[in-house]
Amino acid sequence: MKLLLKGATVVDPSQDLEEQADLLIEDGVVAGIGRGIRADYARELDLSGKYLVPGFVDMHVHLREPGFEGKETIATGTAAAVAGGITSLACMPNTAPPVDNPLVVGYIQQKAREAGLARVYPVGALTRNRQGEFMADYSALYAAGVRAFSDDGDPVDNSYLLYQIFKYLLAFEDTLIISHCEDRRLAANGLVHEGYWSNLLGLPGIPPAAETVAVAREILLAQATGKRLHLAHISTAGAVEWIRWAKEKGLPVTAEVTPHHLLLTDAAVKGYNTAAKVNPPLRSEEDRQALLQGLREGIIDVIATDHAPHKIDEKDLDYFEAPFGVIGLETAVPMLLTELVHRGELSLRELVQAYSCRSARILGVPGGTLKPGAPADIAVLDLEAEGVIEPRRFYSKARNTPFAGRKVRGLPVLTLLGGEIKMEEGAVKVGKQE
Amino acid sequence: MTRHMLGLHGVTAESLGMIMERAWRIRQNRQQYREKLKGKLIAALFFEPSTRTKLSFELAAHWLGAEFIHFPLETSSRVKGESLLDTILTVTAMGVDALIIRHSNSGVLEWLKEKVDVPLINAGDGAHEHPTQALLDLHTMYHYFDSLKDIEVVMVGDIQHSRVVRSSIWALKTLGARITLVGPPSLLPREFEQFGISISWRLDEVLPKADIVYLLRIQQERQQKGLLPSLADYTRQFGLTAGRLSLLKPGVLVMHPGPVNVGVEITAEALQLLRSWPRERAQVCIEHQVASGVVVRAALLDYLLGEESHEITA
Repeated sequence: MKLLLKGATVVDPSQDLEEQADLLIEDGVVAGIGRGIRADYARELDLSGKYLVPGFVDMHVHLREPGFEGKETIATGTAAAVAGGITSLACMPNTAPPVDNPLVVGYIQQKAREAGLARVYPVGALTRNRQGEFMADYSALYAAGVRAFSDDGDPVDNSYLLYQIFKYLLAFEDTLIISHCEDRRLAANGLVHEGYWSNLLGLPGIPPAAETVAVAREILLAQATGKRLHLAHISTAGAVEWIRWAKEKGLPVTAEVTPHHLLLTDAAVKGYNTAAKVNPPLRSEEDRQALLQGLREGIIDVIATDHAPHKIDEKDLDYFEAPFGVIGLETAVPMLLTELVHRGELSLRELVQAYSCRSARILGVPGGTLKPGAPADIAVLDLEAEGVIEPRRFYSKARNTPFAGRKVRGLPVLTLLGGEIKMEEGAVKVGKQE
Repeated sequence: MTRHMLGLHGVTAESLGMIMERAWRIRQNRQQYREKLKGKLIAALFFEPSTRTKLSFELAAHWLGAEFIHFPLETSSRVKGESLLDTILTVTAMGVDALIIRHSNSGVLEWLKEKVDVPLINAGDGAHEHPTQALLDLHTMYHYFDSLKDIEVVMVGDIQHSRVVRSSIWALKTLGARITLVGPPSLLPREFEQFGISISWRLDEVLPKADIVYLLRIQQERQQKGLLPSLADYTRQFGLTAGRLSLLKPGVLVMHPGPVNVGVEITAEALQLLRSWPRERAQVCIEHQVASGVVVRAALLDYLLGEESHEITA
């Protein structure tokens, strides 16, 4: 089975490639890239005028299954992913039961295989039952395939325990600790960024220090132990400075930022808009600029969505009662192309680097490259295609996006996983199995 | 379109003026308004305890001939798991002409207004707004000043958690008053300056300029939450003590939304002294505020529900 993708501009930072070229896929892997490739018996697709990039790799996704299938399932979440040009994702362990044992890992892997749309890498819990009291069963999780551990939304408050975990996981050399940085005492049940809007709306604020204090602690533990650390969804200018310091010291620290923190500020909560209720909260314009600058400089390594689906009726509550979280799989690429790439804030190459190459490398998974022999996980983008973010058309079960109604220019139009078409012109090939 | 009173942020001077004028007319001739809202049913849903606000709304409704029912929800149905929206919809389905709501969640009425089609009146939502308190305070201020233009208002206390402040500052600004907020930094974030008003962490520096000193109630739990060393410390720094009375400008008004924690926001000695002073030196108008509550709430109910009803223009 051969597929020849002809005439697109191939942008693959992993091999410093940015030129018009044909790409040949054979048996699910990239067989060659070059001009005027000819292949006998190959199906050909003309992609002139389009951009062909390694499929996006989202290292921060909540698929909600098992336990919260009303919000999202592995099938709907991966459909949303490929609709958005994302071919691989890491899913967070705050399911019910949580991903603290190999049975749940196996369940997620099985469901992902059945859906057959995207590569799914379960992140294991950092502590048993995600309660921050005892180490999780690392060797069993590792044997089941887990390479990243996190308690995500419920960070380990106990610094002593966290220090021991950092040390313990040194023996599992190719694993990563992912930290949601939040000092929960400092965050003090806040609901929005502490600043102009929290004061105006009379909502309890979350000070930036609730993040920076935790970022500093995690970085210092990484320094003390040498364990590889990844900082999830950084939201503050202060955190960027700490990460800069860590990188200057050569510490094994990487960091991510979400599209919503790159594109929105706390002004989005105007009118008590629960679609913009997210943790960490949307911050000030200064913070947003610092995140963007950090991303451009490579201080922040990757973009990840923190796709956090909720049921419509759960988000349709008052600002206190509605849960935190926004979805992102189907909005990330169009919004980033529209607001950053087209405006010259970020090049397409930098976007691919941050949302594909580096995420795959940090997770230690296939993808993020189109080098010959690599799996043909591909996103094709039409940078001129125009559209509107329409939640009712999402493949995700959820609708909780702060970008509803936004006009976009630049859409993913074709997604391939292992050489198979999973999405074409916005339509996901649901039900097809590998 | 439904007419609500959710808050004073963005409400025009014209709307404020019309409510003030109507309150004045009701005060002058209550009898004339006796049947203005005859046949109307007004329901009060208080998810937080309240004595004076509830009572003054009830009296206001009676003045205008409306029926008034009160659901003391802080104790009953929410405990049974009935959701807020279910409660509201149940009450509106029974046929009410207005809902007066108090709730501990800021912004809850902004959410509810999309769900119901009866006028909503905010009787205090979390730390967000308490518009009728601010309106009755305006009514009181106008009793003593013809215009609030360039009047110096100093509001002292727990600014951070105050819904009274978050209503008053907008109305006072709109009417041309100058506002200075005073309190300890833990209860008065610097960012309040972004609203175009002054802040100070030292009462003694701003007291001399005040035409109106507005004391806010200090909740006991602020100390337990680590926001204050003690109430005594608060009083030393921010309480109106006898020692500070010499700093007051002649003719100053001293206001408080009540209930006063005597010995915290103002000492018993200071209160007694102030009350003994002639009007030219100072006036405590806490009782006037309470009385204004009924008049202003009646004016608001009539403004929103009466024959010549209006939308609040923002």
